[in-house]
Amino acid sequence: MPRNPFLERRAFLKQGALAAGGAFLTSGLCLASAAAGSRRRARFVVVIMRGALDGLAAVPPLGDRDYAQLRGEFALRAPGEAKGALPLDGFFGLHPALNFLHASYAARELIVFHAVASPYRERSHFDGQDVLENGTTLPHAAQSGWLNRALAQLPGAARREAGVALGQNVPLVMRGPAAVTSWSPSKLTALDDDTLGRLTDLYAHDPLLSVRLADALAADAMVAQAGGMSTPPQDMAAAGAAGQGVSAQPGAKPAAQGGADRYAQIVRAAAGFLRQEDGPQVAVFDTSGWDTHANEGGAEGQLAGRLTALDKGLGMLREQLGPVWNDTAVLLITEFGRTAAINGTRGTDHGTATMALLVGGAVAGGRVIADWPGLASRSLYQGRDLAPTLDLRSVLKGLLAEHLSVATRSLDTNVFPKSERARPLRGLLKA
Amino acid sequence: MQQLGSTIAANRFGLGARPGDLAAIGGDGRDWLRTQLTAAAPVLTDEGLQGSTEILAQGFALQREIQQQRRAGADVQQKLPQFLKPIYTSEATARVRQAVLTERPFVERLTQFWSNHFAVSVDKQYMAGLAGSFEREAIRPHVLGNFGDLLVAAEMHPAMLLYLDNHLSVGPHSEAALKAGLHQRGRPIGINENLGREILELHTLGVGGGYTQADVTAFATVITGWSLGGGNGLFANGPPGRFVFRPGMHEPGPKTVLGRRYPDSGYNQGVEVLNDLAQHPSTARHIATKLARHFVADDPPPTVVDRVARAFTEYGGELRAVYRALIDSREAWEQQLPKYKTPNDFIVSSYRGLSLPVDAVHGPLGPFDLLGQRTWQPGSPAGWPDRSADWDGASALLKRIEWADAVGGRLGSARDATALAPQLLGANLSDASVTAISRAASASQALTLLLAAPEFMRR
Repeated sequence: MPRNPFLERRAFLKQGALAAGGAFLTSGLCLASAAAGSRRRARFVVVIMRGALDGLAAVPPLGDRDYAQLRGEFALRAPGEAKGALPLDGFFGLHPALNFLHASYAARELIVFHAVASPYRERSHFDGQDVLENGTTLPHAAQSGWLNRALAQLPGAARREAGVALGQNVPLVMRGPAAVTSWSPSKLTALDDDTLGRLTDLYAHDPLLSVRLADALAADAMVAQAGGMSTPPQDMAAAGAAGQGVSAQPGAKPAAQGGADRYAQIVRAAAGFLRQEDGPQVAVFDTSGWDTHANEGGAEGQLAGRLTALDKGLGMLREQLGPVWNDTAVLLITEFGRTAAINGTRGTDHGTATMALLVGGAVAGGRVIADWPGLASRSLYQGRDLAPTLDLRSVLKGLLAEHLSVATRSLDTNVFPKSERARPLRGLLKA
Repeated sequence: MQQLGSTIAANRFGLGARPGDLAAIGGDGRDWLRTQLTAAAPVLTDEGLQGSTEILAQGFALQREIQQQRRAGADVQQKLPQFLKPIYTSEATARVRQAVLTERPFVERLTQFWSNHFAVSVDKQYMAGLAGSFEREAIRPHVLGNFGDLLVAAEMHPAMLLYLDNHLSVGPHSEAALKAGLHQRGRPIGINENLGREILELHTLGVGGGYTQADVTAFATVITGWSLGGGNGLFANGPPGRFVFRPGMHEPGPKTVLGRRYPDSGYNQGVEVLNDLAQHPSTARHIATKLARHFVADDPPPTVVDRVARAFTEYGGELRAVYRALIDSREAWEQQLPKYKTPNDFIVSSYRGLSLPVDAVHGPLGPFDLLGQRTWQPGSPAGWPDRSADWDGASALLKRIEWADAVGGRLGSARDATALAPQLLGANLSDASVTAISRAASASQALTLLLAAPEFMRR
């Protein structure tokens, strides 16, 4: 077999000399190290909670006079009472499952946004997620995501992968012009260099597969460098096993253990990428199981189990990031909220406004940001949902501007087209 | 040199060529597809497959038994998942076996398409035990029939009613609600709009299809009372595991859906709405778009969508006519490899191409999990997505290659990749792949390169 320069570079990666990503592999040895000098590199994690998280359950407006009646048996008690909510600012509380987030609030590392919504005003999960990710005002109006378009504006984005999706495939929010990769744990044996070399040659004239393969190998090299995170703590295949998902039965065991293990693996891997000084700055992963149409539960039950797993995963992320946590902001978003009232099957149906969370060492936290519309029936959106008073794009634009230094002009036109009226929220991050 | 027609017929419309298939299909490929549509749709006759009624009746009995033991103070574990899991395994194995062995792969593709269109995902309780029987009972019998019948069969099936929570949805002015109002103050009683919404959004009109929130709510009240028997509490009465209409839970009175007023006819009110939805122009367009995306291209040519939608309307939802319109679309036979295979189709075509056995010993389901498409687990009622970008991630590609490597390693010289390549890939086989396969260092590596070849990843 002829000498294969690709394999030599790969061997170089394996030695851990650098881990710059697939785009680097094809563009030579000019890795940007500008970040090392002047300013610490910001890290940004986006967690998409698919299925429409019930914002009134996660962040209950305990001080709203209509809250308890709308939520009936699932209304959370006041802080201090048995199974009561965790106190925030006196008006809002946190679901009792969210212990790490509550500690983060006390440490001024959590901002809670409430009554927030993307521009989407219908109630389809799939279109709602599309708008949440594509950054426009309409479903299917773009084939790329706002996060990728923002990454494409970053200096050095052309030379290396700025982002990683934890999963086999890349979600819409991360698709687009900037080079990104995806990574997920494998139970299969790694390929030998000879076979990889031949595949690289075979893919040489295939613009998609050649890039994908190089990206995957670069991600693996980074994982190898981070050490050990490719070893799953639990059987990955069991994670989504039958009968372990959202349960429709009252009293059934909440919070699938398998799901919690999967979060743990994903979180560990995300931290492994972000810890690296020259690795991706941005990581994205999904969580699911938030579509609580039936038997949602209150302080305990189905949703409480999901929230526990989510909260623990975030705690683990902090732990795994170590000192890098101080440069990190983690954003948790969902496509829309749920009905203000409980429905006929002890759950909630698709709604409109909900909450979003921003947590991390870089966050100027300890605050709830909400222009609360109230839950009186005349205040509800279409008489049924929490009304939106904050455009999610304002949060995203503020974050991208201050955390990743994306220019306002790009934010208004390219990242979030026609969004001039959604002014960026400033001061979300520590100065 | 193989004809492009047979290659497209076997790989784009089918589930991948087996050795000898392309020669048997001959040049054009269209007749081979049309012939597959003539006889009745195949049924699965694998030994030991149970009906959904039987499975639910056993499951409910098991739940009751555990509840009684718990009430008596015994510390017993939940037994339902252990009961359902082997059912899932047998059902999914039977499905894969059918896909691998079938002589009518186009019909099987269509079956899987419709099963995904009316997706029930096994990450919700009971679905692990029901997804298979749902597909066999509600989907397979109607795949070559009429869309309206398929729609009614799917929505009335206990699996769908359970999956989208309709079995406990109660009309706010129904007898059950009034009674509960007297006895259970503080407990909400009312509708659950999950099934109503997804029928409109996913199963019929499509999301831009011209319905409003008011239509969703009205339709959800129309189908209150559509339930099943043998469960707990509100749905205890009636034959276990069978569809039951519960007049006491049904919202009385006429309702207006999409501008048409439906007088209260109890159970039949829901069927009438479904029948109208099945014939709605938005439904025709929605189905045509999905079929064209599935078989032709991620962004299908509008001409194909128009032609298929027109057939849908002209023939009153007769699906054979709809499929024929698809086959007759010139655009489906032009561009060479417009679609990236889903993991499911990548695995099935590998099994077919390499004549791999589908039996318990060989763990035929494992790869679906590893490559990210566990059978019947799309995770949402929208089903699996159907665009290349949803499947062509870097990590996903590497896993396919690693799996191909494992398959090659296991088979070694038991298969001859050089001889197989033209038989599986026909007119799409590239010179680069021929060269790479012929120069491979071993028979194993040659097989790995065959499965990992760009033209095997696509169709």
